[in-house]
Amino acid sequence: MTAFFALIDRDLRLAYRFGADTLASLLFFILCGSLFPLALGPSPDLLRHMGPGIIWVCALLASLLPLDRLFGSELEDGSLDLLMLTGLPAYAVAFAKMIAHWLTTGLPLLVAAIPLGIMLGVKGSELPLLLFGLMLGTMCLSLMGGMAASIVLGARRGGVLLPLLVLPLATPVLIFGAASSYAGQLGASSSAGFDLLGACLLAMLPLCPLAAGYGLKSAVG
Amino acid sequence: MTTQPPDPTTPSVLLDVRDITVFRGDRLVLDDVSLSLAHGDAMILTGPNGAGKSTLLRTIAGLRKPDGGTIERYGALAWLGHQDALKPGLTLAQNLALADRLGSGSMEDVLEALDLAFLTDLPARLLSSGQKRRAAFARVMLSGAPLWLLDEPTVGLDVASIERLGAIMAKHRDNGGAMIVTTHVPLPLDNTRSHELPSLAHAEPLWLS
Repeated sequence: MTAFFALIDRDLRLAYRFGADTLASLLFFILCGSLFPLALGPSPDLLRHMGPGIIWVCALLASLLPLDRLFGSELEDGSLDLLMLTGLPAYAVAFAKMIAHWLTTGLPLLVAAIPLGIMLGVKGSELPLLLFGLMLGTMCLSLMGGMAASIVLGARRGGVLLPLLVLPLATPVLIFGAASSYAGQLGASSSAGFDLLGACLLAMLPLCPLAAGYGLKSAVG
Repeated sequence: MTTQPPDPTTPSVLLDVRDITVFRGDRLVLDDVSLSLAHGDAMILTGPNGAGKSTLLRTIAGLRKPDGGTIERYGALAWLGHQDALKPGLTLAQNLALADRLGSGSMEDVLEALDLAFLTDLPARLLSSGQKRRAAFARVMLSGAPLWLLDEPTVGLDVASIERLGAIMAKHRDNGGAMIVTTHVPLPLDNTRSHELPSLAHAEPLWLS
């Protein structure tokens, strides 16, 4: 357990030290979200209606950005060998990296979604629902993205393969997540969307680290 | 691959490798390699480039599974790969922080022994290649593990550093540790055992059904 938390701690320190990588996905999220009003026109009604959808799509794309380096940089400089030899099982190494990915990408995205939501005219009463949905959604994306990143690890053109692998798997998360965020506007309850998002998360929680651990093993072997 | 408590009948054996065979793709890299290591042993792995020295070390470390044969290890191991695994933006101390936390060695002693103490707060990208190699070696010492697997520990080191490394290895053996080293440079070590791997590079490829 010490090793597990030491690993997360190490990744957080790395992310802090290489802040530009962390900031890149955050900036992408904010920029991407602020470009929509420019293209769609400044109608408040339209933006309020599109707001949650825009935020969901931008969050999905932004959390994909750092995936390429998640294990790639560790494999290149030999750190992955050392991580695999810490005595932790491979899935625990993968899970620690996924948690660190969420803490350094998902969590800042959640915080940045607040001003972006306000900017797009999402009502104050709908914002907490959007954020809760996004929290579950970004956790799913970190798990799934980590799995995909470890599977393409060591493959040539892995960077191209990665979005092709993640995007189809991410569609249910996007559909259920956006549905839960729109429920407030449509006067329906968000709970169905949250239930489905939570179900996705619970399914991915054991499966993704296991698959990712296998991917890591074959990458170092 | 098992890590078991010391076997009372063979207390001195630290590692027992029996008949391991490893394929890379359809090419046979290691063919029936057997070796065993007792406390205090130092084994030098020799063989031409591509003979599978690194593959053998990786297999013993458990980074890859052997395609045949068994490996029994009675104690923790420390690994020095041919890459230094240092993050250029982190200082030397930050780079070694994880090994320091998980291992039982003392950071000050290790850095002192490797003559790195004055570089502690320097980013790794400013270190020379010999200093980086010593920093990577510091991880091995920090682990406190009895079995050291060292893949080319002397790459980029000057003569004085190689002497220092030799002294550290001798001390580790005196304390009951053991090591397997691949090297192309003679190491200042006494009573080493050596194991030569034949090159299988020109052997007929085997097609696995």
